[in-house]
Amino acid sequence: MVIEKLQTDILIIGGGTAGCYAALTIAERSDANVLICEKANIKRSGCLAAGVNALNAYITDGHTPRDYVEYAKHDADGIVCEDLLLSMSERLNSVTKKLEELGLVILKDENGKYVSRGWRNIKINGENIKPLLAEAVEKLPNVSVMNRINITNLAVENNRVFGAFGFGIESGIFYIIEAKAIIVATGGAAGLYKPRNPGFSRHKTWYPPFNTGAGYAMGIRAGAEMTSFEMRFIALRCKDTIAPTGTLAQGAGAKQVNSLGEIYENEYGLTTSQRVFGTTSENLAGRGPCYLQTKGISADLESDLMKAYLNMAPSQTLRWIESGSPLRQNVEIEGTEPYIVGGHTASGYWVDDNRATTVEGLFACGDVAGGCPQKYVTGALAEGEIAGISALGYTGLRDKKEIPEELAAKHIAEAEKFLSNGTGLYSTEQLEEAMQTVMDSYAGGIGTGYSFNEKQLDIAEERISRLETLSNELRAEDFHELMFIYELRERLTICESVIAHLRARRETRWAGFSHNLDHKEKDEKFGKLFVNSRLENGEIKIILRDISKRQVRDDER
Amino acid sequence: MSVEIDREKCVGCRRCHDVCPGSLIKIGSDGKAFIKYPKDCWGCTSCVKECPAHAVRFFLGADIGGMGSVLHIEKNGELLDWVIERYDGENIVVSVDPKESNKY
Ligand SMILES: Cc1cc2nc3c(=O)[nH]c(=O)nc-3n(C[C@H](O)[C@H](O)[C@H](O)COP(=O)(O)OP(=O)(O)OC[C@H]3O[C@@H](n4cnc5c(N)ncnc54)[C@H](O)[C@@H]3O)c2cc1C
Ligand code: SF4
Ligand code: SF4
Repeated sequence: MVIEKLQTDILIIGGGTAGCYAALTIAERSDANVLICEKANIKRSGCLAAGVNALNAYITDGHTPRDYVEYAKHDADGIVCEDLLLSMSERLNSVTKKLEELGLVILKDENGKYVSRGWRNIKINGENIKPLLAEAVEKLPNVSVMNRINITNLAVENNRVFGAFGFGIESGIFYIIEAKAIIVATGGAAGLYKPRNPGFSRHKTWYPPFNTGAGYAMGIRAGAEMTSFEMRFIALRCKDTIAPTGTLAQGAGAKQVNSLGEIYENEYGLTTSQRVFGTTSENLAGRGPCYLQTKGISADLESDLMKAYLNMAPSQTLRWIESGSPLRQNVEIEGTEPYIVGGHTASGYWVDDNRATTVEGLFACGDVAGGCPQKYVTGALAEGEIAGISALGYTGLRDKKEIPEELAAKHIAEAEKFLSNGTGLYSTEQLEEAMQTVMDSYAGGIGTGYSFNEKQLDIAEERISRLETLSNELRAEDFHELMFIYELRERLTICESVIAHLRARRETRWAGFSHNLDHKEKDEKFGKLFVNSRLENGEIKIILRDISKRQVRDDER
Repeated sequence: MSVEIDREKCVGCRRCHDVCPGSLIKIGSDGKAFIKYPKDCWGCTSCVKECPAHAVRFFLGADIGGMGSVLHIEKNGELLDWVIERYDGENIVVSVDPKESNKY
């Protein structure tokens, strides 16, 4: 295997929304060297690939960042870090301005004011949002971008990070990267659970199937503290195409109705998890399928919707043109498989207000960072900015440290083993399907209506651990297949944490997202606690933390 | 969810390969593109938008209700024309102005 050593001041793992913005932030403030390693190509990688429909987090006139904190706290039923939400909310509008300067089209009224949908959401044409960010990054002289590099592990000793390992999926080169500080921005994790459409369209998921949770897994292995993996996210989406429903529900005012034509959304409530819960419950009660009531909308609205979906979820427009438009029929909706995504719910690295993780020199932002839900695009950018500033400050204090040869040798040997293993009984694809089936059946997937009990979690734990052992024997024919093996192993690592967290929160707090059948009600005690965890000597140790300690910032006291 | 690539039309510019967020498109020894992992496609249409030869076409898998229509994109001055060749032979074009915002 060809091995190359690289050096930089700041390594950014993942050139998505938050990672690109961290690079822009650092370049504006210093001439420090920045290296972005991206497993795909920053032009269209990550969540923003197809485009987005709106900027979901913005503070309109008459509102304050505090209002946003309260909204997010209510939506997550209290399990949030208010300090993180506040520092993010304070930056939402300035990052939006920057996006506009980069060329993002934002709808304005005759007075030049942004047009909002509700009080915290503004209307845009988000089709080219990722190419705009990528072009800005590519112009920066001190930022190098390496595309198609899959980062697999961090180099950590004595709880300090000083580099990372990865390989080029097309070049076949193994990289040892030394850095003074690292920003992890790999997004959340899809593909842990059996998907809605497990066949040919298995990757027609809401969250990008290529965000496999590498950043979480690297952190877990490195002993970083993680938070709220039990707070899974389940999206309410258009059936089959998994296209967003917000444009129809909040934008066009379509109500949630069951097959009897009854509007059911008011019965269950309108938070994100309640919308999912209502739909799942109506289906279980025999009143499915459920729909968004679009029948009879005006022809103008219909034509606008066709275009709006082309700008973010083109399969929905194709679907309408193929099998009937929203004017003629209601749009069927359902919940997706569960995802772990810190930009919608609160799962991820346990970070302080500077987005520093519990590992020295390691910063996290965007969907990989925990404690701060409802980030969306602008919140991910805001966190990229904070992490960029913090990492830059940190590099001023630190010298480079060399990666010890034995440590590098261990990681190289692991990759070489997969490339030289004989063809075994199982393929990576088979083990991935097995993992998804285990999670679906025993850890609250679609198959059980997102519910589970402790006995089932025990079975899930045992089987996931067995799959982990089996994955040691997998064989990769090339570096792309090697990436598949690492992705599977990342997901297995995350599954273990998800199971441990689901077991530790002995209550049912977000009924739409998960139902703990041994503890079916909310428990006041858990309303005051974060469920955190850290890997210690190969065991997941659960740490319960008091929420009140993360409520107000010093300057607000 | 997937795309198909017409190798007759492909001019080997590699642009679809460069943008795919899943690295699913590879270039064959003849210099032309092919999708190596069709079941792994997310359906983001990034590759469809890039192709200057209209060789990349997008369709819905039968398991999610696909009926055989295909979609490609043509640049029409400042506009993007999304061309849907319906399964029944009808062609439908939806023109989108990239400078126009979503209204909902
Ligand atoms: C389909 C969809 C639609 C959305 N629509 C909206 C919307 O309309 N409005 C809104 O405000 N928000 C929307 N969101 C939410 C918002 O887009 C995300 O919360 C935000 O973009 C997340 O940013 P991120 O940087 O954390 O992740 P990403 O932008 O996904 O970046 C993660 C990057 O890391 C890379 N990566 C992953 N693993 C590795 C590895 N091992 N090595 C190297 N690189 C790696 C990935 O390829 C990717 O480029 C949407 C999200 C999705 C998925
Ligand atoms: S539609 Fe997107 S995921 Fe599918 S092949 Fe094209 S670029 Fe890749
Ligand atoms: S973008 Fe079109 S022409 Fe260029 S390589 Fe891909 S298929 Fe061929």
